[in-house]
Amino acid sequence: MTQTAPRRKLPLKERYALLTRDLDWDPSYVTKEQLFPYTNYEGIKVHDWDGWEDPFRLTVDAYYKYQAEKDKRLYAVLDGFAQSQGHLGLADASYLNAIKLFIQGVTPLEYAAHRHFAYLGRYLEGPAPRFAALCQSVDELRHCQTQIHTISNYNKYYGGFHSWSKMHDRVWYLSVPKSLFDDAMTAGPFEFLISISFSFEYLLTNLLFVPFMSGASFNGDMPTMSFGFSAQSDESRHMTLGLEAIKFLLEQDEGNVPIIQDWIDKWFWRAYRMSALVAGMMDYMLPKPVMSWKEAFELYFEDQMLGGLFPDLEYYGIRPPRHVQDAIAEKDKLSHEVYKVLHNFSFAASFTTQAPNEQHMKWLAEQYPETFDQHYRPVWEKHHRIEAEGGRMFFQGLPQLCQVCQIPMVFTEKDDPAKTSFRSSEFRGEQFHTCSDGCQWIFEREPEKFVQAWLPVHQIYQGNCGGPSVPEVLEWYGIQEGDNGEYKGSPDHKSWIGWHNGDVEQGV
Amino acid sequence: MSDTLRQVGIDIQESEENRGLVAAIRADNPELTVRHLPGLVKIQAAGQIVINRESVERELGREWETGEFQLAIVSFAGNLSEWDDDRIIVKWEH
Repeated sequence: MTQTAPRRKLPLKERYALLTRDLDWDPSYVTKEQLFPYTNYEGIKVHDWDGWEDPFRLTVDAYYKYQAEKDKRLYAVLDGFAQSQGHLGLADASYLNAIKLFIQGVTPLEYAAHRHFAYLGRYLEGPAPRFAALCQSVDELRHCQTQIHTISNYNKYYGGFHSWSKMHDRVWYLSVPKSLFDDAMTAGPFEFLISISFSFEYLLTNLLFVPFMSGASFNGDMPTMSFGFSAQSDESRHMTLGLEAIKFLLEQDEGNVPIIQDWIDKWFWRAYRMSALVAGMMDYMLPKPVMSWKEAFELYFEDQMLGGLFPDLEYYGIRPPRHVQDAIAEKDKLSHEVYKVLHNFSFAASFTTQAPNEQHMKWLAEQYPETFDQHYRPVWEKHHRIEAEGGRMFFQGLPQLCQVCQIPMVFTEKDDPAKTSFRSSEFRGEQFHTCSDGCQWIFEREPEKFVQAWLPVHQIYQGNCGGPSVPEVLEWYGIQEGDNGEYKGSPDHKSWIGWHNGDVEQGV
Repeated sequence: MSDTLRQVGIDIQESEENRGLVAAIRADNPELTVRHLPGLVKIQAAGQIVINRESVERELGREWETGEFQLAIVSFAGNLSEWDDDRIIVKWEH
């Protein structure tokens, strides 16, 4: 037997160079333009694709090794939770309404992201960004699958988790996240990179995944916390991709700077508006809240992004997003205004809502000393009075939606919490309505695109949603009796009490 | 561009393994702010945060590849300005 010396392990940088860039080749029987036909029409100029640096220096062997380890850890948590009847250890069954919103609204976005990153993995011209996009595509598919697996465990015991992908395409509040991704996926490859990788992943996913997942942990939902942190550890790589994309494009050509500034302005506001749903989830849908929307916004957005990142980007001539001051000005109002809509319209949603109880209102008043007691407590106290008399207020009628973000027109003027913010623009002789200066600016920049928006309310009026009555529309949405309405007295609430009293048998 | 040192940050999952990692980061970056949230540890520092492979190995008592940091990290703020076999540095670039 011959003795062989142990194989020398290559340093990270060398391994990355060999396994990524050295596996690339120049086309010989088609032109570069034929091979990569989509990277020219947005006006972005790239002179040297090798200028792309991947700080993670991720190679395919390391990628699968670490991802396999992450999945192993996640599925161990899922098994332990299922085997120990973990769902009974939640803070309260009402917590799961946030998770229903999550699987209806977020999980399909993971799949959409997977699709578009697969496309970038094929069409970006440099081998390094192409490989980074490929890994992200696989990550997003993994996130979609792990979320489905994790949440399906709750579907055995609680309502509202069935038909979520159908709902994503049809239900009114889900058109908010869907329209954002539809907008991004119908843009060019570089706008997609700035919209999703930079504005969404780098600027804003922290607000979605970090404090909310910490909240899942605090409310006894280990599986969601595990898939959330497992996904977010991929997000840290995705954020690197977003940050690298923007720096690379800004360094390649001066002419790219104004194009990218416009995209930052558009996509900051677009993604920020969508995250309003998360604000409602964090402040109102966690029985044991962890961090208010306002605090998370200050910590992750104002301190880290505006205080840290944007001074860095100033070097390239990039300024903070247009309308960012409007977002800061409404941090005391956002979650309250959004949750009021969800509460008023939950007869047409696939989750239930309830007015916050006294203890929860005390927390909200501490978190929002400037606004809660003055503007929002009276509303909730009115709801409590109506309920004490045996009623429950649901808003009858259909709201007007913003043509861009598709959220009902519930936001108020930044300097007047009593006045609805309402903008209107004319295009081809028609009026189009938007909820804010940010959405109006986005509309007027690309009116040809936004006039095509699929607005759920308009679609109902046009007869495209199953029929004119509420039961017909709910049936078309896939919402079943008990999925919707008030939490107190709902099937989930009754089962929860029954399981804890021992009156209702488990697992039936 | 700012003259003051801006904050950078790393959020790390709370776990048995990661306690050693956090201890190593604490040892090598004396000016840290460490905040515990349910399920995670949020570390912030002015200027930069350095993670040295040798320090992590000393804390864990085993070999550690810098790539394993991917299993621990939840989020970060800053540029990953250096990532090689021996260390990772997070700081702003400009």
